Amino acid sequence: MQISFTLNGRPTTVEVEPATLVAELLREQLNLTGTHIGCDTSQCGACVVHLNGLPVKSCTLLVPALDGATLLTIEGLQGAPGSNRMHPMQEAFREHHGLQCGFCTPGMLMTAIALATEKPGLTEADVRHGLEGNICRCTGYQNIVISVMAGAAAMNAAKGE
Amino acid sequence: MKPFAYHQPDQIPDVAKLLTSIEDSKLVAGGMTLIPTLKQRLANPPALIDLSKLGNLKGISDDGATITIGAMTPHAVVAASKLVQARIPGLAALASMIGDPAVRSRGTIGGSVANNDPAADYPAGVLGLGATIVTSMREIPADKFFLGLFETALQQGEIITAIRFPVPQKAGYTKFKAPASRYALVGVFVAKFADGVRVAVTGAGPGVFRVPPMEAVLSDNFDPSAIAAIKIDTDGLTSDIHAEADYRAHLVTVMAKRAVDAALS
Repeated sequence: MQISFTLNGRPTTVEVEPATLVAELLREQLNLTGTHIGCDTSQCGACVVHLNGLPVKSCTLLVPALDGATLLTIEGLQGAPGSNRMHPMQEAFREHHGLQCGFCTPGMLMTAIALATEKPGLTEADVRHGLEGNICRCTGYQNIVISVMAGAAAMNAAKGE
Repeated sequence: MKPFAYHQPDQIPDVAKLLTSIEDSKLVAGGMTLIPTLKQRLANPPALIDLSKLGNLKGISDDGATITIGAMTPHAVVAASKLVQARIPGLAALASMIGDPAVRSRGTIGGSVANNDPAADYPAGVLGLGATIVTSMREIPADKFFLGLFETALQQGEIITAIRFPVPQKAGYTKFKAPASRYALVGVFVAKFADGVRVAVTGAGPGVFRVPPMEAVLSDNFDPSAIAAIKIDTDGLTSDIHAEADYRAHLVTVMAKRAVDAALS
């Protein structure tokens, strides 16, 4: 089937079998390998992308859901327009050492950005509850939570400018 | 996944036609249960019938004494709904505890109720509130809808279009989560109406069930202490790698007390 959608701001049309997962489409057909497949059972969250602004697990999403939709992947994140900087949440993860091996990081970032966008003024409890679907086997989460809090504050500050 | 045909009808009669004409075809709403099932090849349907193009199946309306939630409304929308938070806060809280944010973006109330997973959250809310399941053919009271392990009163070709919840005086939901899946090891929904209290339990057995002895005492005294001494019979409860039946039975009383607490707060 033919599917047209907006991918990281660009109109995109693909020819694909309906029994294809969005994570497979991204990685194997569109060569966007920043979206990771960890567990492939919708537990770990390494594959989180934004579909119409909402966080979804792309390993548990069939491609027909993309038709006419807007998809944002880790590759589509960017800092302030005109700057050469990373997205504030990415900056916060670097600054606060919110990763070790980095495998879960794309999904962590996409979930974190969705959390911060949905609720300005996140509490630590909100962050821990919100990260329930993202598993990191390195860090023990402490630095991830610190990073998300800092990234959310930076996103809010940037919005206020 | 094995290949399948994909249909996206925009009229409910077409859904029923496809369902009955293509043997073993499956409906897909949010896909949060079906897609993992397909990936594990536990089901290999020749065709999927996607419900997302049907109009009028999404959204929440206030009908005065009841709140109606369209079958295709995702959990995140119910959790964030100011209307549900104001009228049935226990139901908004239940929706906010399902899975994780990504699951709540896609998973739908109709899908959860139709699937009737023994550890799903919504069946407890639907039974606890004595809701009505509105389908393409009729209206089914919750007490007659859930028939045990993944079984419901739905007939071939019948689809849920909405769930209608009576607005209680108070309601609360608490669950003891299985830490990896976040499914309810035991979840209890408690609702207080002018004519009595309803208590519904999910996760503990093969299907959601009510607890009449708790309902009787809570109807006289809506306080956690009223049910502290009520023990649940382990007969018919689930024992598996996550918990033995006697532990689940114990958790029912603990979760019920906390649900009453939640309803009172």
